[in-house]
Amino acid sequence: MEEFEPTIVAFVCNWCTYTAADLAGTARMTQFPNVRLIRMMCTGMVDPKYVIKALLAGADAVLISGCHPGDCHYINGNYKARRRVKLLQEILTGFGIDTRRVKLTWVGASEGNEFAETVNHLVNEIRELGPIETRELMVV
Amino acid sequence: MANRIGVYVCHCGTNIAGKVDSVGVAKFASTLKNVVVGRDYKFMCSDPGQEMIIRDIKDLGLNRVVVASCSPRLHEKTFQGACQRGGLNPFLFQMTCIREHCSWVTKDFDEATEKAKHLVAAAVSRVNYHAKLYHREENVHPDVLVVGGGIAGIQASLDVAKSGHRVHLVERDASIGGHMAQFDKTFPTLDCAACISTPKMVAVSQEPNINLMTYSEVTEVSGFVGNYQVKIKRKPRYIDETKCTGCGLCMEKCPKKVLSEFEEGISMRRAVHRNSPQAVPNIPVIDAANCLKLTKDKCGNCEKFCPSGAIDYTQTETELELDVGTIVLATGYDILDPTPLKQYGFGRYPEVYTGLQFERLNNAVGPTGGKIVMKNGQPPESVAIIHCVGSRDKNYHEYCSRTCCMYALKYDHLIKDKVGHHVKIFNFYIDMRCFGKGYEEFYRRVQEEGVSFIRGRPGEITDQAQTPEEEGKLIVVSEDTLLGRRIRVPVDMVILCTAMEPRKDTAEVARIFGISQGMDGFFLEEHPKLGPVSTATDGIFLAGACQGPKDIPDAVAHASGGAAQAMALAARGKVSISPTTSWINPDICIGCKMCIGLCAYSAIEFDERRGVSVINEAMCKGCGSCAGHCPSGAAQIKHFTEKQIFNELDGLLMAVPPAPRAKEEEEPVKAEDTAEAAA
Repeated sequence: MEEFEPTIVAFVCNWCTYTAADLAGTARMTQFPNVRLIRMMCTGMVDPKYVIKALLAGADAVLISGCHPGDCHYINGNYKARRRVKLLQEILTGFGIDTRRVKLTWVGASEGNEFAETVNHLVNEIRELGPIETRELMVV
Repeated sequence: MANRIGVYVCHCGTNIAGKVDSVGVAKFASTLKNVVVGRDYKFMCSDPGQEMIIRDIKDLGLNRVVVASCSPRLHEKTFQGACQRGGLNPFLFQMTCIREHCSWVTKDFDEATEKAKHLVAAAVSRVNYHAKLYHREENVHPDVLVVGGGIAGIQASLDVAKSGHRVHLVERDASIGGHMAQFDKTFPTLDCAACISTPKMVAVSQEPNINLMTYSEVTEVSGFVGNYQVKIKRKPRYIDETKCTGCGLCMEKCPKKVLSEFEEGISMRRAVHRNSPQAVPNIPVIDAANCLKLTKDKCGNCEKFCPSGAIDYTQTETELELDVGTIVLATGYDILDPTPLKQYGFGRYPEVYTGLQFERLNNAVGPTGGKIVMKNGQPPESVAIIHCVGSRDKNYHEYCSRTCCMYALKYDHLIKDKVGHHVKIFNFYIDMRCFGKGYEEFYRRVQEEGVSFIRGRPGEITDQAQTPEEEGKLIVVSEDTLLGRRIRVPVDMVILCTAMEPRKDTAEVARIFGISQGMDGFFLEEHPKLGPVSTATDGIFLAGACQGPKDIPDAVAHASGGAAQAMALAARGKVSISPTTSWINPDICIGCKMCIGLCAYSAIEFDERRGVSVINEAMCKGCGSCAGHCPSGAAQIKHFTEKQIFNELDGLLMAVPPAPRAKEEEEPVKAEDTAEAAA
């Protein structure tokens, strides 16, 4: 059987994780190509509907990643993201979507290797999890 | 009118083209909706590359541009500039990163090419919904506020004042000078701290461009870069600054004695006091908590004896407001209180001193007149200096305080010099860090003076003698890690090189000025390497040890850097403010005020008349906390609108044709899946 390759969308903050992704690139840290980045200014601006939209439009998982707690460029945007993701996960559970499909991590600007590890780890995790549960249900 | 998009795919030599079929990606891009032209080029950032974009904007009438190349953090400005030169608003441009996030990190050529196509499709899809945005210009108030009058604040103030701009220097203490005024000699040159700092302090008081406010604190800051409003609390001195001549008679006549803060608690001061005869301004203050007149309405000696009638018990706290354009924070550091490190017996054994106490003991105007003597008046015959007290220690501060090795060496030298060469000195160190100009040379010089260096962090300082030689001494119990042996060293005096730590009220000050603290508690700079003096808040700069432990040369250099940044804004008189702020659509806003509570910058106000929330663009930083939460979807960040993100997502998840090489191995199931989901 053909191995399942997940599609993952990542919303990353410009100041920390996007910079870490750049650093991982500069250091040539090989990553699976499944994760595609969307640059946001802050994880605090990631509206839960962006995540839902991504999952509906074909993503098998969504990664949200920003600055470490206390390091937010905008004082506390990442705390707001943390609360939203927690709530969102509870809602998704009700729809039969595994909460592991929405992941929130903190990757600081200097943590290129951390970023590469996060990506590779997530891809492996979702490979095991398989395609998103709702895919067959969606006949939009 | 349909959009006319130009897509430019960079090869970056072989950096991208080595892993991504740039030609194929450009061809794919030209098939996308609204794309008029898709080109590839070896180096898009080069002049010919940029010219290509400019030419196409003009010849093909492009109204949107997408560049797929390196990270936008590197060249977004370059290409926005090219768009502008071609007559296109720079916000009608989108850049996507196919180097750092794609070619450099993907193993397989086909996979990398496919990912690049997704990224390009996302950028094209997004750019359709970009809108013209314009940077706003704001005037910058030419005055500069400097907070803190230590050596860093003094340096920054003098630098700015020299440029002709007015400086308001606010100092919490009664005199400027900071910690440097407490020191005796400075390493490694051994020139006296007062000799080099007092001329600067006097220069501050004589500089017509500096408005010096001592015994004052900043209580509130509002506004934004170029236009800050600052509230300053002026504490009552109970002495009329305009009448006082600084003769010092009041201090002689004052009967009330308390422990002196400036002398680090090793001697007494009067209730009316000043730090030293070199204080600037040379005006004493009456300590309201201890003055007999102010507490019990007795005494009144100072008023009786003051020859100029300057004493005024009726003074009260006053508040004033200032407008400034930029702010330089030079609030300095505190010294760790070693009392919690019980093993060192500070406070329990009288002959255990902190570094700063020893500075005062050593100082010509200090309590002993510069004689290094113990409490019994005798000079010590042996001294232990313990490095890294509270620094490089997981229980207190993980960082290195950077100055202790050097001032310990200075003490070594001064003890040998002042007390005599026979004095035995033991340095207990972890690593000697002598990194500055002339520092290593000084280390060598001190080693040659016959000082002992023992590698190890002492576990205990005790007065429990085990041998007759230890009788009446303080015994430093340590491991010598180079010998791998436990040792006991009996000494007369112990000096603790206590860590430099953030001021106790750093969190409060950070809140007032709207900046953040780093992991170590010091103020956080914008970038650890390339922005060490600026903060994430525009127009607020750091100077000296408030950003992290620094010695005098580093603090002065840092302060000059902060001053230069403030001056750059003040001199230009204008500041360009990014238009990527939030905007609340008044037609949609339901007035729930949710966003107002979420905004970390107090940038949202409620318009009672219209019943909607309104963004103050001057204060909005565009973080999107409001937009991410707005239940009605009225709040949107310009350049990160819902439409733009949704379309970026659509493009990102769109089915793309596989790379040519992989054509036969293509998995139709997957393509169908994504197509279905995208539909």
